[in-house]
Amino acid sequence: MIPFSYARANDAAAALQFFANGAAKYLGGGTNLVDLMRETIERPARLIDVTSLSDSIEETADGGIVIGGAARNTAIAEHRLIRTRFPLLSRAIVAGASPQIRNMATTAGNVLQRTRCAYFYDNDAARCNKREPGQGCDAIEGFNRYHAILGASSACIATHPSDMCVALAALDAVVYLQGTEGKRTVPLSDFHRLPGDRPDIETVMRPGELITAVELPPKPMAVNSTYRKVRDRASYAFALVSVAAAIKIEAGVVGDVRIALGGVAHKPWRAMKAEAALRGQPATDVSFRAAAELELADAKAQAHNAFKVELAKRTIAAVLTDLSGDAA
Amino acid sequence: MTMTVNGNTVSIPNDPRVSLLDFLREHLHLSGTKKGCNQGACGACTVLVDGQRVLSCLTLAVQCSERDITTIEGLSSDGVLHPLQQAFIEHDGFQCGYCTPGQICSAIGMLEEMRRGVPSQLTGDLCAEVVAFDRDEVRERMSGNLCRCGAHNGIVDAIEDVFREAAE
Ligand SMILES: Cc1cc2nc3c(=O)[nH]c(=O)nc-3n(C[C@H](O)[C@H](O)[C@H](O)COP(=O)(O)OP(=O)(O)OC[C@H]3O[C@@H](n4cnc5c(N)ncnc54)[C@H](O)[C@@H]3O)c2cc1C
Ligand code: SF4
Ligand code: FES
Ligand code: FES
Repeated sequence: MIPFSYARANDAAAALQFFANGAAKYLGGGTNLVDLMRETIERPARLIDVTSLSDSIEETADGGIVIGGAARNTAIAEHRLIRTRFPLLSRAIVAGASPQIRNMATTAGNVLQRTRCAYFYDNDAARCNKREPGQGCDAIEGFNRYHAILGASSACIATHPSDMCVALAALDAVVYLQGTEGKRTVPLSDFHRLPGDRPDIETVMRPGELITAVELPPKPMAVNSTYRKVRDRASYAFALVSVAAAIKIEAGVVGDVRIALGGVAHKPWRAMKAEAALRGQPATDVSFRAAAELELADAKAQAHNAFKVELAKRTIAAVLTDLSGDAA
Repeated sequence: MTMTVNGNTVSIPNDPRVSLLDFLREHLHLSGTKKGCNQGACGACTVLVDGQRVLSCLTLAVQCSERDITTIEGLSSDGVLHPLQQAFIEHDGFQCGYCTPGQICSAIGMLEEMRRGVPSQLTGDLCAEVVAFDRDEVRERMSGNLCRCGAHNGIVDAIEDVFREAAE
């Protein structure tokens, strides 16, 4: 690792002040950043440990929940209110990584984890526009089984690897940011960027901004929600495709629905087209399949991942059918 | 700045680049904790920090100020093995033994998580207070610890033998 200095911040103001000295990175559980620093892909001169910032998980007056940026992934997954009101979030978290990593990983760090594209990691031999803008992308002509099918660009076809964020996207979660110019909020679905011609810019964050919390607005329909992850082995592997969904069915008709996809794009993919197509439709396998077809209509496969298009459609339909129980 | 390792207070190194794993092995010469991948993928470096299982290869030693670390060396007392160590011997829970310290520390952390009711991927009813203790649950909850020798059946046997009652 390249030498760096270390400081622990006890509150957001202290973290922002430390950051002002430049070339710094915030440190959460370290499960992504320490690895990338060892590979010299990340090269901060200073690490600011923000694990002492708020890790509380608290109910809001209207029945939503605010999760501190430093809350560990395990703490979220095991929390009573999350399990009962937002079960898809517990399920998404326990589908990710390993128990040891979930004990370390923080909310903010999970949201900001970087892609697992093998060419991004191969600092010595591969070209990557995300590491070095303008260099080229070795994944496009390379082994791209794990890469994106939606929203990719000719500069980058990487995916965002988080499971948790797919559930957050389906839940209309809101990210709380704090910078030297003040506080602001951004919906999670608008927080990550598509790659375009600048795949190195992954989010809408401004330099030095901190994620202080994530809010889950109240969502009664989320009691009927789940997360399904399809991958190459039964556990401890990143998603090929994943689906987070919640649905409300009234008299056999879809009253409301939320769907988000993982493993398919540079960001957690909120399936807005499928959702719009389903509202007011009969809650049947036929409607679910039609909505999935619509969402994937613009999918563009690479040489090794054409299977993901059909897999995503089937997984969407299967998850919605399961959630519909006897109504479908 | 200090941390506690197996009951002893030790000073934290000045260089923040030192991982907890290298600190334990190279500085304190506690070589029981193993370095498999050094990138979070194998679980060989699992230790307990304040009772929680974590990966020491992705933890910086400086992050452990005021924390209480337990490694495989801290589990036996006066030459008497921890019951889980004994059970690994009885059930052939290893061949080469390289993954074993991580497996054992991980299983101890797992037991605490099961007692707390932490859900897993296999949990059916998320509202249930009690976690079922069966082989599939143990396999899923131990999936962060790889064994290159394939001793998993013996590992699950040993964990079941010692922890089944304690977990429920
Ligand atoms: C072997 C392995 C398998 C994995 N499998 C999965 C999987 O299947 N599914 C999955 O979803 N994830 C998986 N992960 C990834 C894991 O979930 C992430 O590494 C973890 O969530 C990152 O959280 P952290 O707190 O450790 O972040 P860190 O590594 O500490 O930080 C990550 C990024 O966030 C920034 N950051 C941290 N906190 C803040 C803050 N408050 N404000 C602003 N910036 C901040 C850091 O500067 C850094 O850029 C896996 C990881 C490993 C090593
Ligand atoms: S897909 Fe993106 S991250 Fe992977 S090599 Fe290409 S530019 Fe880099
Ligand atoms: S050495 Fe830490 S997970 Fe492999
Ligand atoms: S006993 Fe050899 S790796 Fe597990």
